[in-house]
Amino acid sequence: MEILCEGRGELVGWRDPDEHRQWVRENKSRELKDKRMSVSEAVGRFIRDGDFIAVGGFGHVRVPMALIYEIVRQGRRNLTMAGKTAVHDIDILVAAGCVNRVEVAYSFGHELRGLSPASRRAVESGRCRVVAEISNAGYQWRFLAAAMGIPFIPSRNLLGTDTFEKSSAKIVRDPWSGKPVCLLPACYPDVALFHVHRCDKYGNAQIDGILVEDFELARAAQRVIVTTEEIVDEETIRRQPDRTAIPFFVVDAVCEVPYGAHPTQMPYLYYFDEEHIREWLTVSRTEEGARAYFEKYVFGVRDFEEYLERVGGVRKLNELRRIENLRDRMQEG
Amino acid sequence: MAEKMDYTPTELIVCVAARLLEDGKSVFVGTGLPMIAAMLAQRTYAPNLLIIFEAGGIGPQVPALPISVGDSRTFHRAVAASSMHDVMSFLQNGYIDYGFLGAAAIDSYGNINTTVIGDWERPTARLPGSGGANDIGSLCWRTIIIMRQDRRRFLNRLDFLTTPGYLTGPGAREAAGLAAGTGPYRVITQLGVYGFDETTLRLRLISRHPGVTVEEIQANSEFEILVPDEVPESMPPTAEELRLLREIDSMGMVIKQ
Repeated sequence: MEILCEGRGELVGWRDPDEHRQWVRENKSRELKDKRMSVSEAVGRFIRDGDFIAVGGFGHVRVPMALIYEIVRQGRRNLTMAGKTAVHDIDILVAAGCVNRVEVAYSFGHELRGLSPASRRAVESGRCRVVAEISNAGYQWRFLAAAMGIPFIPSRNLLGTDTFEKSSAKIVRDPWSGKPVCLLPACYPDVALFHVHRCDKYGNAQIDGILVEDFELARAAQRVIVTTEEIVDEETIRRQPDRTAIPFFVVDAVCEVPYGAHPTQMPYLYYFDEEHIREWLTVSRTEEGARAYFEKYVFGVRDFEEYLERVGGVRKLNELRRIENLRDRMQEG
Repeated sequence: MAEKMDYTPTELIVCVAARLLEDGKSVFVGTGLPMIAAMLAQRTYAPNLLIIFEAGGIGPQVPALPISVGDSRTFHRAVAASSMHDVMSFLQNGYIDYGFLGAAAIDSYGNINTTVIGDWERPTARLPGSGGANDIGSLCWRTIIIMRQDRRRFLNRLDFLTTPGYLTGPGAREAAGLAAGTGPYRVITQLGVYGFDETTLRLRLISRHPGVTVEEIQANSEFEILVPDEVPESMPPTAEELRLLREIDSMGMVIKQ
């Protein structure tokens, strides 16, 4: 196949498919076994300094924040992160000095809420480096290729742009149509983190609402940590197997964390904590402010439960539940 | 009827954008102004507008302004709560008529920068990057761009070409391998509405907003904007449009800007 053009961005997360198959054969158990553990044990066992991590959900929606705060608490360093519309998670991890390399589809912004002062400061000062660019479809198709066990997947985006020029993709001539087509390299993160609505102790995970790219990402990553609003019994999963987005044999750790996505939204359960997000965006305008935030909400609390108390406890969480559900009632009425 | 209406430039932009959307067509919608425009269109001119969000929402009846394109409001009473792979594949397969994008900067061929100001390695300002914009600009049939216009945003040369417009001019998209028959369709700013000249594919003025002169429009662009002999005024927002807009964005998160 004739290579017409090569992107010059760093090739993040690629593996030879045979190497990955072999790794799966040796490391991913197909046994139904109890994988319940605490958030602190999951992060301690499966995330190492220097790893390449990717986080499920989208923007401020269904983001496994308990795991993100735990990564900060345990002081992981030199992580590379998939900026696959990564918003609050990446802002926190960059500000805390855990992530210093990013492949960007969408990062350093908070959508309608504006740009991220802390992570932009890190990129503009060179403390955090953007190693490659890509688009949202591009990233999820890189995960799709990995999930399929193929080395790359063709696509018709990125063509003709600087986004391609700074990506790790290549442009070749399609042997059938003769037209230039983009080849996206497979992407296998070392660890992927998810928050789901329900999961059994083996790791069979169900998500309500949009899946975003969690289906592909879970199958692409080497290690998978799932936090869940609740752990349900196996029977609950088997009664509705069509709802399972992530099957147990790709999952390495299951942690029960009610409200584990706070301050991001958990569809159908609780709304964004706008007050808390605004507090972060305000204090993180300065280094001192960001440090004080981590002292107050991460290092100053024992665990996620105590964090939830500190952000307003039951009263606040009930309010977020009401807002998420009120909208439905308003619409029907 | 000649009652004087008070409206913000943002409200005018959103109304003009909403009127471009056709009933029974599909639109891929990004965060902010595009969302409000699509919601306004769904409540007025295009009740059967098929709205699609990149995180997986298909055909929702959006109840209130979503804060994110993955917000549960983006699949409220939807026909499907799907996945990014699914909706991006619809985009690549030709199902999406309109794509709605914002932009930090644009050039005369409708190419967009949302990645960096300055050098990529050592940026003066780091912006969020492509997100789904490159995908939408590459793959939907007609891209509509909504943005603020001034001399730092309408540029001769972009610092970074994030999302393809007509690239370097006629034939360039096809030569790059982009799907035939696609490209930017309209640019809407606080000053006017633009299309693209059929032969040169350069930005061309279609209408100026009430009270805006052609000179002002030109003065707010680094590159020369093509101007036809007759330039009509854009229709200002109607009372009904404004009422709906203020209902959709009751907090004023977008329209008050």
